[in-house]
Amino acid sequence: MIEVEGLTKYYGRVRAVSDLTFSIPKGETVGFLGLNGAGKSTALKVLAGFLLPTAGSVRIEGHDVVADPLRVRSRIGFLPERPPLYDEMTARDFLSYVGRLRGMGRAKVELRMKTVMERTGIADHADRLIETLSLGYRKRLGIAQAIIHEPNLVILDEPWSGLDPLQRRHMRTLLSGLRGEHTVLIASHNLPEVRETCGQLLVLREGQLVAQGTEDELVAQLGDDASRIDAPNILEAVFLHLVGPREVAA
Amino acid sequence: MRAVLLIVQKELGAYFKSMLGYLVFAVLLFVDGLLFHGLALGGADKLSATVLTQFFNFTSGVTMIAAILISMRLFAEERRDGTLVLLYTAPLTDWQIIIGKWLSAWTYLTLFLALTAYMPLLVMVNGTVNFGQLLSGYLGLWLLGAAVTAIGTFASSLTRSQLLAGAVSGAIVTTLVLSWQLSARVDPPFDVLFSFLALHNKHFLPFMKGSIHVRDIVYYLSVTFLSLLLTRQVLAARRWT
Repeated sequence: MIEVEGLTKYYGRVRAVSDLTFSIPKGETVGFLGLNGAGKSTALKVLAGFLLPTAGSVRIEGHDVVADPLRVRSRIGFLPERPPLYDEMTARDFLSYVGRLRGMGRAKVELRMKTVMERTGIADHADRLIETLSLGYRKRLGIAQAIIHEPNLVILDEPWSGLDPLQRRHMRTLLSGLRGEHTVLIASHNLPEVRETCGQLLVLREGQLVAQGTEDELVAQLGDDASRIDAPNILEAVFLHLVGPREVAA
Repeated sequence: MRAVLLIVQKELGAYFKSMLGYLVFAVLLFVDGLLFHGLALGGADKLSATVLTQFFNFTSGVTMIAAILISMRLFAEERRDGTLVLLYTAPLTDWQIIIGKWLSAWTYLTLFLALTAYMPLLVMVNGTVNFGQLLSGYLGLWLLGAAVTAIGTFASSLTRSQLLAGAVSGAIVTTLVLSWQLSARVDPPFDVLFSFLALHNKHFLPFMKGSIHVRDIVYYLSVTFLSLLLTRQVLAARRWT
């Protein structure tokens, strides 16, 4: 599904992502972890076709993001940390616009919109102007626009940021619902939510991949230290072990 | 083409859903009407052709200002609001995005030009209007508008500040207009170059007098294409940097 090989991305002279290599099979929900500035968002933007890599290759379902960008983008839904919404539109008009922008016919959009709005819980707010929606609903609408065209790969950057506990729970349920139907890639700092939602984890440090696997596989890297850590904090400990100073993890 | 029209439709909707869209229309029409009353109709009796020439002359200035105001938001606003990602990650070419954006601004400007038509029609009440001059003048305004909205589109792609985009496109347009003055003050061969670059005096004046030259049409289309090509380079560069 996703094959990344030697992905490197520079912003001017600053190297944001360095020689990233990984692959993700179809249908997986994968968490992208790392401290601020680790290169998560940059890597996601390259995968989504928003940015192009400086070096290396990214293939989505066999299509290269540089050589075949339109085919790649038609298979991807992307939600950046700040939902990209047009405030002057209603939620319904916005979804219709985005769906048609991604090549769907008017009739198909209408049909799909109904399903997506029910699934994301925005059906009751469909005719409200986006500028009047709360952050929780804006995030939901952001997810709705990312899945309106039934993409195979859904990429979400910090979907839980700024949400209150109730909204986080709704988001968790919503993202769990995407499992199986789409391959989902989520970048987040919210370790408990990532733990609940994602089967596979990728950990980045200073632009480089330092670990990949299930939570259990990453815990195994802690060795004997793992037995001294409370279960609810285990992912945090693993995370800090991988990306932070070792004394903090211990 | 479908995607381009979709962007045009959405952008036109954005103009008319905000008060600003109507305000720009109202203010510019008011200014154009005042100029028409004061400069074209005022003073001693004139021939209808002279009134029409003067109308096209000041309306060209208002058109350039309108084109800058209309186009400065095209990309700058999307970058400021973080919505450009929707277009960048959709299966669209950069050209589709650019043409859609520019075409929406040009269509909006065309509506403005259509609304100014009441002034030449007023001339018909007390005089005789040469329809050749009328069509030629409006063709000139339309092409001038195409070029300036394209310059504005380019300026808008450079920054997330609409104000800065407006200032940049204003500076480019002013430079091109003033290159006519510069051409009279420099030695050959630069005088020919600056004269050729003159956005208004060299290429628009013939239109308002009723003369249509291929070289002027080619000039405006070239400025339009070059500006959109530069916009494309900016958009492409943003994906790499």
